Amino acid sequence: MSDPNPRDKNAHASGWSDHAVEQFIGRLLQVGVLFAALVALVGGLFVLVQHGGAPVSYTVFRGEPELLRSIVSIVRGAFALNSLALVQLGLLLLIATPIARVAFTLGAFALQRDRTYVIVTTIVLVLLLYGFIYGKA
Amino acid sequence: MTTLTFALLIAGGSVTAGMLGALTGLGGGIIVVPMLTLLFHVDLRYAIGASLVSVIATSSGAAAAYVREGYTNVRVGILLEVATTVGALVGAALSGVIPTSALAVLFGCVLLFTAVRSMQPRTEHDVLTTPDKWAARLRLDSTYPTGERMQPYSVQRVPAGFSLMFIAGILSALLGIGSGIIKVLAMDQMMRLPFKVSTTTSNFMIGVTAAASAGVYLHRGYIDPVLSFPVMLGVLAGALLGARILGRANTKLLRQIFTVVVVVMALEMLYKGFTGGL
Repeated sequence: MSDPNPRDKNAHASGWSDHAVEQFIGRLLQVGVLFAALVALVGGLFVLVQHGGAPVSYTVFRGEPELLRSIVSIVRGAFALNSLALVQLGLLLLIATPIARVAFTLGAFALQRDRTYVIVTTIVLVLLLYGFIYGKA
Repeated sequence: MTTLTFALLIAGGSVTAGMLGALTGLGGGIIVVPMLTLLFHVDLRYAIGASLVSVIATSSGAAAAYVREGYTNVRVGILLEVATTVGALVGAALSGVIPTSALAVLFGCVLLFTAVRSMQPRTEHDVLTTPDKWAARLRLDSTYPTGERMQPYSVQRVPAGFSLMFIAGILSALLGIGSGIIKVLAMDQMMRLPFKVSTTTSNFMIGVTAAASAGVYLHRGYIDPVLSFPVMLGVLAGALLGARILGRANTKLLRQIFTVVVVVMALEMLYKGFTGGL
């Protein structure tokens, strides 16, 4: 099968041409956003059913409770069907989607044996994971 | 106000913001924070957290389509993401020490800049094919579809574009925006990428830039689920709706409406910043 995309001259023995990488990245982003939005929607409906009548105000900053701030407790809370943690899990998945995209791109550059871009992409991934896991800047 | 009423009002406003953002091509993120703070009296930190999450959703959703169509320059995107990610982490660190009033003034200035840029006519520059030292070394030159064939182009002034991307990253974290305007400025005007490649590659980078600071803000407790979910789902729905009616809408009129909205918000942000009312 011949591909009309001329960038496929960049195709490698690994089978991951630039074109194939683009197709996969596109699909990954789409699925990630849809799944995250779905989780947040289900959790959000739960929240409204449970707390819809309660008064709410965001004028004063209090900060979120520990349950909604660390990755482990959010995942744990969501599996215990805590509605707030379920929404937060959706938001967490959303934040993780571009990070997963960078991780996948790194793998593709590694398969293409593109050393320069393996280094460049690793820098981006390390910075993202540092903020995402440690929460420090 | 009850949680239900609040969520419905926020969702309605966010759908409008997402739709205007998609139809004008300026992104909805820039008006989400002013809407939340000025209209709904949400604390700036909560507003920034919710806005960043919505920015990730819309940019990743749109990027998914563009990258598959072959417009996005993935190498340019990844390279410049080093600058935007470092900038975003610096911005997230700064946001803890910069007073809210200063952030409001900065936001007002960025809104005014957005209004000015949105009124300027979009001029398509010639596609350059003269080689550049950095672009050659980093293999940034690529091709993009122009309808009948794949048009090759070469990338210019990489260090200048890279530096401006660092600023874009800082502003993204400080203000909870995608900084698409500045990213496009860097790629289109400085690095001379074709306009369509600039806008799609900007979109591709916005999700990563926003994720860098959003991760930090999640740990700091800026991201509230009850506030963020109607914002995120609303902006996403608005953007999808906007993309669907794009061909039929009067974008020139919408652009003028958007500019007026942005100017009003800019003035109010500046006023609140100088009087310390935010």
